[in-house]
Amino acid sequence: MEYTIFILLLPLAMFLLLGLLDTKLKPRVAGILGTLGMTVCTALAYYTAYLFFTQSRVDGVYPSHTPVNYEWLRFTEHLHIDLGIYLDPISVMMLVVITTVSLMVHIYSLGYMHGEKGFQRYYAFLSLFSMSMLGLVVATNIFQMYIFWELVGVSSYLLIGFYYTKPAAIAASKKAFIVTRFADLGFLIGILILSFFTKTFDFATLTANPSAIITESAGMTFMGCSVASWALALIFMGGAGKSAMFPLHIWLPDAMEGPTPVSALIHAATMVVAGVYLVARLFPVYCVTPEVLDLITTVGAITALYAAIVACVQTDIKRVLAFSTISQIAFMIVALGVASDTDLHAGLGYMASMFHLFTHAMFKALLFLGAGAIIHAVHSNEMSEMGGLRKYMPITHITFLIACLAIAGIPPFSGFFSKDEILTAVMHKSTFWGIWMTIVAGLTAFYMFRLYFRIFWWKETDCSHHTPHEAPLTMTLPLIFLAVVTCVAGFIPFGELVSVNGQPYHIHLDMSVATTSIIVAVCAILLATWMYLKENNKPGNIEKATSVLHRAAYRRFYIDEIYLFITHKIIFNLICRPIAWFDRHIIDGTMDMFANVTQCVSARIKGLQSGSVQGYVWLILIGSLLVATITICCCL
Amino acid sequence: METPMMYYIVISLVMFFAGVYGFMTRKNMLMMLISIELMLNAVDINFAVFNRFLFPGQMEGMIFSIFAIAIAAAETAIAIAIIINIYRHIRNIDADNLDDMKY
Repeated sequence: MEYTIFILLLPLAMFLLLGLLDTKLKPRVAGILGTLGMTVCTALAYYTAYLFFTQSRVDGVYPSHTPVNYEWLRFTEHLHIDLGIYLDPISVMMLVVITTVSLMVHIYSLGYMHGEKGFQRYYAFLSLFSMSMLGLVVATNIFQMYIFWELVGVSSYLLIGFYYTKPAAIAASKKAFIVTRFADLGFLIGILILSFFTKTFDFATLTANPSAIITESAGMTFMGCSVASWALALIFMGGAGKSAMFPLHIWLPDAMEGPTPVSALIHAATMVVAGVYLVARLFPVYCVTPEVLDLITTVGAITALYAAIVACVQTDIKRVLAFSTISQIAFMIVALGVASDTDLHAGLGYMASMFHLFTHAMFKALLFLGAGAIIHAVHSNEMSEMGGLRKYMPITHITFLIACLAIAGIPPFSGFFSKDEILTAVMHKSTFWGIWMTIVAGLTAFYMFRLYFRIFWWKETDCSHHTPHEAPLTMTLPLIFLAVVTCVAGFIPFGELVSVNGQPYHIHLDMSVATTSIIVAVCAILLATWMYLKENNKPGNIEKATSVLHRAAYRRFYIDEIYLFITHKIIFNLICRPIAWFDRHIIDGTMDMFANVTQCVSARIKGLQSGSVQGYVWLILIGSLLVATITICCCL
Repeated sequence: METPMMYYIVISLVMFFAGVYGFMTRKNMLMMLISIELMLNAVDINFAVFNRFLFPGQMEGMIFSIFAIAIAAAETAIAIAIIINIYRHIRNIDADNLDDMKY
């Protein structure tokens, strides 16, 4: 399976080709080249998945492979950084997800970005992102993952700031980069602690002997928690930053300033699930520290509820989808938090999380691409500009509806199956979190159908000046493909392929959980229908009745303001200003003093350098006579 | 009868200080160059004389004076080249006029 290296090299070559030639290529040629590269890459990924999942099981487990491994840096006898490709069920699953969504986005962008300035640059960055993300999932060791982790951060930064003449886009790209970078600081410290004690970066070694960190660091504690807990919690901090978990979620809604296909690829389907993937990758290690898993559950559950509430009142359709993404990723995180690796049933959450990751990537990419088609047609992100679009954009309407039904958890669409597994796993662990997550699932159905009705029903648009029209074929084709995947993905025997210990797990629906979640979802959808089907005053009245709460939710519970307060008022004023003063006056002052003293002295003695040769000869003569006299006197 | 060593040394001393005097008082750079040659030759005489009188069986001093003569020739060639260039720039070769590069 050595050919898998081309899955990485191909997008890299495309990035270099498109990036270096840039405007020398015609936009059309660049777009088609990038798409072709991605098509081959997708075919390779599918072929890999086919080979991997058709190989015979060893002890009931698909054996994992390391087709490529190259030792890059050796520090000590045990500690070295490798670059390689590691294939196991979850990395192969991620390869399929990433290449599929990336290919769809490549095709879609041919229509969506048509005529944009910097079209070639856009495709170059898409290729760079695909390469980094694929490198992240196939990493053989945690440090390689960290390298590609930063690379996806950079490509996300570049793509959010694609419209670099727009101040909001620049601010958003900076915010995304700084917030995730801050979280990555924790990730790096976590990696260093973990590898210091276990003496390895390798995932295979780490997960084969997960309790090494406990035994190696036995008895060492810091602030009441063991070293193992600290290391894993810090690594999770990196994951939380990338996956936009509360309170590090603030960058994701702003990241919607980028082009919509980019939001679909990076900020919905692939990069933001890197945190989930990280926890899943190190899951056996996380299992030895249950307190960290509890922390993960709590963070995920709070994020899920918070994001769902905020999504209910946003008016920018991309913002609604952004908060819905945060909420859905939190579902995956919670599922991982409640799982354990003791047996298949306790590990249900792990399987459910990966399953939801898979289905969510498909239907959320579909939602974003649909939103892109709508924005393309009405030239606005605001709900108030939309309404009654179902007649003008039938394909977008149907595919969007399918995605909404999937995310709301209505059978037989894919979201129902994965979400049901998550709810079952959570309910199995703790009834409190189970009820909590069921409420969030209801909210999900409500805000998605609020979005759907506001876009496609609500009022009849006034078409006198501008008729919205259906998107071109390059844009509708990916929509149709993803809609088909969304319809059938739920029937994939996912548990057979991916489970906590690799043994096949037969997915069966827990009827009580499934019935409850369907009833909750249907009620929420009916409520949304009642409120938003036709233009009326009900939403406005509710808004007035709960004005304080509504405003707080609309402003995202002032989390951004709190961040601004902490950074500007506290950190800048109390820490940065004194340090700046110290730098300017003490450190610069010392240097200035040296310079000034040198200058004064040289101004005084520069007269000696008169330029008259004979003056110098006099001085030499007098000097040598003096030396001679002194020498003679001493000798006598 | 052989000329005593003292005579040679006195000659060399007179030549040397004549060179020093000329170097410090003459403003023309060619004259200064000639003064330098004078000083060098005084030193060469010293080498030869000390070798001849103090270490008669050896050759080091002689060899040194030959070296010094060769180097003096090369040095003169360079100095004259510099002087010609200076002349082309400021149309004279007066050492007092060469203070453009001071501090």
